[in-house]
Amino acid sequence: MSATILVLVEQLRGAAADITFEMLGAARKLSAALQRPVEAVVLGAQGAALAGQLGAADRVLVVDDPALDQPGADAAVGVLQQILAQRTPALVLLGGTNVSFGLGTRLAARTGLPFVNFCKGARADGGAVVLTSQLFGGKILTDVQLPDARGIVSVYPGAFPADAGRRPQAPPVEKLAVSAPAAQVVFREFVEPEAGDVDITKQTVLVAVGRGIQSADNVELAEELAKTLGGAVCASRPVIDQGWLPLSRQVGKSGMSVKPRVYLAFGISGAPEHWDGMQNSECIIAVNTDAKAPIFDGAHYGVVGDAVELLPLLTEKIQAKKG
Amino acid sequence: MNPVNVSVLGLPGGGILWGLTLVAFGVFGWRTWQLIGLLRRGRAEDRLDRPLRRLGHALQHVLLQPRVFDEHAIGLAHWLTFWGFVVYATCFNWALVKGLLPMLPLPFPDEVPAVALFLDVFAVLVLGALAVALARRLFRPPPHLHLSFDANFILGLIGLLMVTMLLGFAFRFVAAGEPGTAWTPFSRLLAVALRGTPPGAAHRLATGMWWLHMITVLGFLVYLPYSKHLHLLASPFNVFFSNAATRAPGELTVAGAQEDLTAGAAKWEELTWKQLLSGFSCAECGRCDRACPATTAGYPIEPQQVIQKLKRHMMETGLGHAGPNGNGRPRLIGDVLTEAELWSCTTCLACMTRCVVWNEQVPLIVMLRRQLVSQGAVQRTVQDMLANLTRYGNSFGKSDRMRARWVQASGLKIKDARKEPVEYLWFVGDYASYDPRCEEITRKTAQVFARAGLDFGLLYEAERNAGNDVRRVGEEGLFEMLRDKNQQAFAKAKFQAIITTDPHTLNALRHEYAWNGHRVPVKHYTEVFDELLTAGRLPLKKKLAGRVTYHDPCYLGRYNGVYEPPRRVLRALGLEVVEMPRTRHHSYCCGAGGGRIWMEDTTKIAERPAESRVREAAALAGVPTLVTACPKDIAMFRDALKTTGTEGQIAVRDLAELVADAMEI
Amino acid sequence: MKLYVLLKMVPDTVEELNVAGDNLSLDAEYLRFKLNDPDEHALEQALLLKEKCGGTVTAVALDAPEVDDVLFTALAKGADRAVKIPADQAALGTVATAQAFAAWFAALPAAPGADTLILPGSQAIDDLEGEVAACLAELLHLPFLGVVCGVAPAAGKVTVLKEFSGGLRGRFEVPLPAVLGIQSAEKPPRYVPVAKVRAAMKSAKIETATVAPPDPPRVLALQRMYKPEAAGRAQMLEGAPEEIATRLAALLAERGVL
Repeated sequence: MSATILVLVEQLRGAAADITFEMLGAARKLSAALQRPVEAVVLGAQGAALAGQLGAADRVLVVDDPALDQPGADAAVGVLQQILAQRTPALVLLGGTNVSFGLGTRLAARTGLPFVNFCKGARADGGAVVLTSQLFGGKILTDVQLPDARGIVSVYPGAFPADAGRRPQAPPVEKLAVSAPAAQVVFREFVEPEAGDVDITKQTVLVAVGRGIQSADNVELAEELAKTLGGAVCASRPVIDQGWLPLSRQVGKSGMSVKPRVYLAFGISGAPEHWDGMQNSECIIAVNTDAKAPIFDGAHYGVVGDAVELLPLLTEKIQAKKG
Repeated sequence: MNPVNVSVLGLPGGGILWGLTLVAFGVFGWRTWQLIGLLRRGRAEDRLDRPLRRLGHALQHVLLQPRVFDEHAIGLAHWLTFWGFVVYATCFNWALVKGLLPMLPLPFPDEVPAVALFLDVFAVLVLGALAVALARRLFRPPPHLHLSFDANFILGLIGLLMVTMLLGFAFRFVAAGEPGTAWTPFSRLLAVALRGTPPGAAHRLATGMWWLHMITVLGFLVYLPYSKHLHLLASPFNVFFSNAATRAPGELTVAGAQEDLTAGAAKWEELTWKQLLSGFSCAECGRCDRACPATTAGYPIEPQQVIQKLKRHMMETGLGHAGPNGNGRPRLIGDVLTEAELWSCTTCLACMTRCVVWNEQVPLIVMLRRQLVSQGAVQRTVQDMLANLTRYGNSFGKSDRMRARWVQASGLKIKDARKEPVEYLWFVGDYASYDPRCEEITRKTAQVFARAGLDFGLLYEAERNAGNDVRRVGEEGLFEMLRDKNQQAFAKAKFQAIITTDPHTLNALRHEYAWNGHRVPVKHYTEVFDELLTAGRLPLKKKLAGRVTYHDPCYLGRYNGVYEPPRRVLRALGLEVVEMPRTRHHSYCCGAGGGRIWMEDTTKIAERPAESRVREAAALAGVPTLVTACPKDIAMFRDALKTTGTEGQIAVRDLAELVADAMEI
Repeated sequence: MKLYVLLKMVPDTVEELNVAGDNLSLDAEYLRFKLNDPDEHALEQALLLKEKCGGTVTAVALDAPEVDDVLFTALAKGADRAVKIPADQAALGTVATAQAFAAWFAALPAAPGADTLILPGSQAIDDLEGEVAACLAELLHLPFLGVVCGVAPAAGKVTVLKEFSGGLRGRFEVPLPAVLGIQSAEKPPRYVPVAKVRAAMKSAKIETATVAPPDPPRVLALQRMYKPEAAGRAQMLEGAPEEIATRLAALLAERGVL
């Protein structure tokens, strides 16, 4: 068996997560340079139904044991261990998410392969692979070389483009004769988030409003955008003080600390009290009419403009892109 | 005539008088001893240092009562009632002694002309004062005045005393057929009105009035230690034992403590005896509530109620009366006083500045906060702040190495006091160092100092938060740690005085640091500017014109008495200073003190203190600028401009900015 | 219950992080260390479990700058024992760290039994080689679950809540003994006043374990460590609102949030 690049398809409740396509895209790029095929591994009966979406892979390996439909790394580690023993793939890509949490570390301990976490970049270097990983919340980067391109990699969500991993063709599917070992950790049930108010600290996207949105009615516009993005609305203190949003939505020194992937700040000046609560957001996009607003010093992207005007436009564009 | 020479139901008057006296004094004494017993269960505290100073303070405030006059109508009325009481108490005892020991070669007090005049005139004045007090209570009571049965009863009693006295004199004149003397003008008038009374009846009535008067007083004596008028007994001691005479206002160190007070008090027995005395001394006048910015804003606190609830709780549990829940004693913090109540205080000192009996509400609240901190029962935001202060020495959670970054950004060369001797050590403070909104003001202040030729330097990264607000939040251990670190830094630097821009820092450094015998003057920058201007050493390039109003920061004004220097500076700049209604020691707190700037509001607030203050400033005609001298004020007021929508009407500026303007920096 | 909390010190990102001259490690000059955030939650969860069902809490850490403070703080919060393993944590990668802890557990008089729960923090910002919790579970051959946000004891096992994303959680049953990587405790970590920590420093002792230092200290060989390009000021987007909206939508897509 020649060496391959193995991608573990990440799925939750029957839907393939974006990270899957990000990994497939990265794998495709490496595949060209390393001259190795890309194999996507799907676990579970529900997972098998996703095979049609995985055209970016050269082959889809399915382990359709229904026991693997339950979330739970125990069984997955066992299965992957068997697959690695059978097929000797060189590089294994896993999602750096809660679903796949701990998989890579455990697999590495069992197989003796090196494991690299927080990977944001990958390139081939001769027959080796050089991975760029972030440390300390992104403040430091490291390059790690995997000689012979052998190892297990945890891919950081959002680091690679998902589009590169989507291909229309249906790949060949191979059923693997691997059975899931008995899991010690047993899944019982999902616990849905409480209906009603939202925990803004757990959102990946936040649409934040400040005094620049001018009135309580305009908060609607932000809610629309947040809904489209699957996120939530939060606010700086003056908005909360006015009563336009409840206390649970306040971001800042006296409110909550948030670290979403994307923080869209509309009409927020960026006073330190607010900045304190969101400075660690991975991508901060600020819209403010004041070109000298302090938020532009720390944000990643800035627009000098009217939040009230931009909000509905942006919502429209995003709906178009998704639809 | 000797009114004691009667016989009632066959018993001699003298005997009855003795009996009543012994019972009255007995009950009074027993009850007083019981109450003192409660005090003795509290923790020790040394309040006897500098006794002569204390005595002077007590004499001034007990006898002259200047604080009562801040509310003019009732001021005079109370003063008269008090003096009336003193005079009558003296005369009562005199009359009682004479009545009990008739063989003494002593006249009755009203037989001495000068005394009689006193009694006569005062009775009328007191009746007048009572009428004012009664009218105030019935028709226009100020908010927070406790309208209790107790109070009205006492007013009635005192009235009865005055009336019986006047009637007694009058009937005596009628009985003796005397026209009364010029020494007793009012009784004489009364006597004229009552001249129709037959002499025998008049004699009996005179005697009756005397007895009624004596019994009323004896009854009052018994009633006193069971009523709010306990303050008559307790408050003179309270004033004597107050720290106002010997220490800085609001200072929190407990002298002579025999236990570690870092964890505060979980039960009333863990408060000091002096803190327990405040309950007995409180006259329920409500001045503290009327002054309190938290009460006015709608926070769940009333300083008077903190004292009163403590008193009631102590009496109920200490004297063995069952509490409302028969099982288990109510918790001091939780049942009697709530956590929200204790956290509402901004430590602005308005209550203590107004309190007529010199109660110390703020140290009491801080003592209870210490208990909450000890249990970790602190709001999340405050916890984070304290963790930041513990780890980084500043409340912003930024690295201690960033503290002096503003110096680099300013392009100024400022001396390092750790490396070379300076005259003034500028203790910059957290807000001025770390808050980007204050950066400009800090830079300008540095330039003004430099232009004025001040020899100054910084501690750079060695500076830590001075700890004033940490202490007032109740984290005494952290305060001590910060103080130790700062004092270590001071020991290694060479300077002759400290200058600071933050009044909170000023307060801690001036009064709550040990200095190990090398105490130096600690000045606020407004004081230094004032000195420089007076000495002609502040080179102004132009005169500023216009009207401004000045807000007295709590920790500069009430805590440290610095009212005039900032005003002199403003006037020297050419500005006309217009006072807001709440000026000087009546200044209205911005709401940031006592750690409140770190806290979230968990209740619906009517109007934040800063908003109220900013509206007050904006209401002044022709005044476009509100000037202050504290970085927290700047932060709070500038925010309040936004939330009250007064941004167009008034601007908030730091005094240093105006000085910089005048120096064209 | 016998609860073990494993504490790891990580570089404090409040300070500016710089790379040392060798381009392979952090510049130690202004480097400060603080307790890994999830580890603080792990301690809190352990204390909550102790309050609920009794037992002992032992806090264990490798040697690192400022770790004594952290161990005394754990004692002041209510931990019964604090143990320091004299291995230089800053020099060890995840795998070696897990090996050091595993060696300590192996040296205990009694092996982990049905009343034992090991609670490291779920992950840390310097976990290049993976998570200590997961690695330790493998070394000790114990069941493992990470990203835990709730632990409820039952007979011989625990019912555990794990976070997925967007507020969704899953309930699992884990037999004891086990290793649980704690992400957040059921209540925010408690505050302990400075006075109590100082009192702990005076009255309590940190035990020193005797365990052989692991070798090799790192599994991965770094090629290079460097700082990302300076962010500086925000990249300003120009143009008409329509264009800007289009550009932003594309940006958001790139970020993987659509």
